[in-house]
Amino acid sequence: MLTNQEVAEDLVKKYGADVFDFEDPFDLLTLSTTREQIVPMLGYLKAHASFQITFLTDITGVHYPDSPGQEFCVVYHAHSWVHNFRVRIKVFLAEADLHIPTAIPVHACANWMERETFDFFGIIFDGHPKLIRILNMEDMDYHPMRKQYPLEDGTRQDKVDALFGR
Amino acid sequence: MADTLIAPNDKDLLKDEPVKYINELTTLNLGPTHPATHGIFQNILQMDGEKIVSGEQTIGYIHRAFEKIAERRPFYQITTLTDRMNYCSSPINNLGWNMTVEKMLGIEVPKRAQYIRVIMMELARISDHLICNGILGVDTGAFTGFLYLFEERENIYEIYEEVCGARLTTNMGRFGGMERDLSPVAQQKIRKFLKTFPAVMKEFETLFNRNRIFMDRTVDVGPLSKKMAMDYGFTGPNLRAAGIDYDVRVMNPYSSYEDFQFDIPVGENGDTYDRFMVRNEEIWQSLRIIQQAMDNLPEGPYFADAPEYYLPPKKDVYNNMEALIYHFKIVMGEIDAPVAEVYHAVEGGNGELGFYLISDGGRAPYRLHFRRPSFIYYQAFAEMCKGITLSDAIVIMSSLNVIAGELDA
Repeated sequence: MLTNQEVAEDLVKKYGADVFDFEDPFDLLTLSTTREQIVPMLGYLKAHASFQITFLTDITGVHYPDSPGQEFCVVYHAHSWVHNFRVRIKVFLAEADLHIPTAIPVHACANWMERETFDFFGIIFDGHPKLIRILNMEDMDYHPMRKQYPLEDGTRQDKVDALFGR
Repeated sequence: MADTLIAPNDKDLLKDEPVKYINELTTLNLGPTHPATHGIFQNILQMDGEKIVSGEQTIGYIHRAFEKIAERRPFYQITTLTDRMNYCSSPINNLGWNMTVEKMLGIEVPKRAQYIRVIMMELARISDHLICNGILGVDTGAFTGFLYLFEERENIYEIYEEVCGARLTTNMGRFGGMERDLSPVAQQKIRKFLKTFPAVMKEFETLFNRNRIFMDRTVDVGPLSKKMAMDYGFTGPNLRAAGIDYDVRVMNPYSSYEDFQFDIPVGENGDTYDRFMVRNEEIWQSLRIIQQAMDNLPEGPYFADAPEYYLPPKKDVYNNMEALIYHFKIVMGEIDAPVAEVYHAVEGGNGELGFYLISDGGRAPYRLHFRRPSFIYYQAFAEMCKGITLSDAIVIMSSLNVIAGELDA
């Protein structure tokens, strides 16, 4: 049984200051890295002789408009079927420079997941063979999952959090 | 690419030159509303005669922005979004989401509710696989099996109706348990299903499993190697048909799956026939699980003692101030949610159905992402149908069991 501690220590040894913000919410190892290291790290975990984190479960994006310099986050979930071990890797990006290398060379299934993330958040995956919208129509000129596009009329008063003591 | 013969037109024949053979590919739109796609998605195929040279999928025709809608909805209202994803096995989606929120809130669900959930999820798996295998029969030219199975699917839907009141979009389960106990009528219907279904399933298998025509159409069609299955993110029966025994129910047991004895069927070549056989066997295993759950159904409450999150009984709402307050707060979506980040996966009809939930303590999720299995593995379809005939491509698509609602979310 692989422990979070083991994998975290190994990654710190290999990547040093490029891995940070270790957490384990609900026992799932969560860490952050830089965009330069993310694809090598996925490759390293995949090729690792004992970890064998070979399966990329999911890629998705999150928008944090209130954290300057780290407005966007790309979240990778990977899974080792040998050890039943999951890891979550985050890469924070600044809104001014939304570029991150594509993970397709390591995991072919990243293709559509990256297209989906691009479609909804506008994050550009460098080196992606066909980075076009996937679920929304192609002539859309905005990325709808960003927080600046509210779902409802902003002037609506009946759902103001203050009324409910929040 | 083979040289294609193009009929020369009359003018060319009059000329005194030898007729030229022209290489020309036909572009064929398979979809968006083609009956063989069983859903709204399009495949643009480059055809060389009857052979597919390359294909490209266009999806998103029924995209309903569930992830965006979820950012504005209270947690319990999101359950109704999930059952519109894989509408062939809605209870798995509903209960998977309920379990995700329970994990976040730290609610311990009583054993009885967990067993009822297992029964409902396995019934959903059976109905999902019945549709896939029945339609695979239709696509290979055998309509009869499909009709036999749909009678049984109707029985499953009647059980749903007895348990939650709805048939297709079930909205089943609540945070903390089930909305009502398994009634005697529901139990009787499940027992009746357990008695009548095996005979129908046997008949279906007799029709197909060794049927020469069916085998000719499916054996060695669309084979999937282990490596390709993993690279393309396959999960569920399609992955197991390729020979990898990954099943969320076994690897990360949820809702007391560890209490049950069942086998994980695996295939060998990952071709269409293996996918069909794996699904058939999973139906038998699901029946085994339901039988065990019914036999060992524990006594006790069917919901957790979590009054802040579980709707109180209607009688208490009318007679008890505290219950009324909870009722109001829950219905208005004003439940206390912690700041949390959760990933929870269940074994859906098509594979690992994951819910990635980020909560900032507000009334709605800050971000909710659905890992939809068929969205991820459908990207392999273009690769799988290279160099095969159109009729085989239809059969492969059918056996992958791509559900448009899940594909597009």
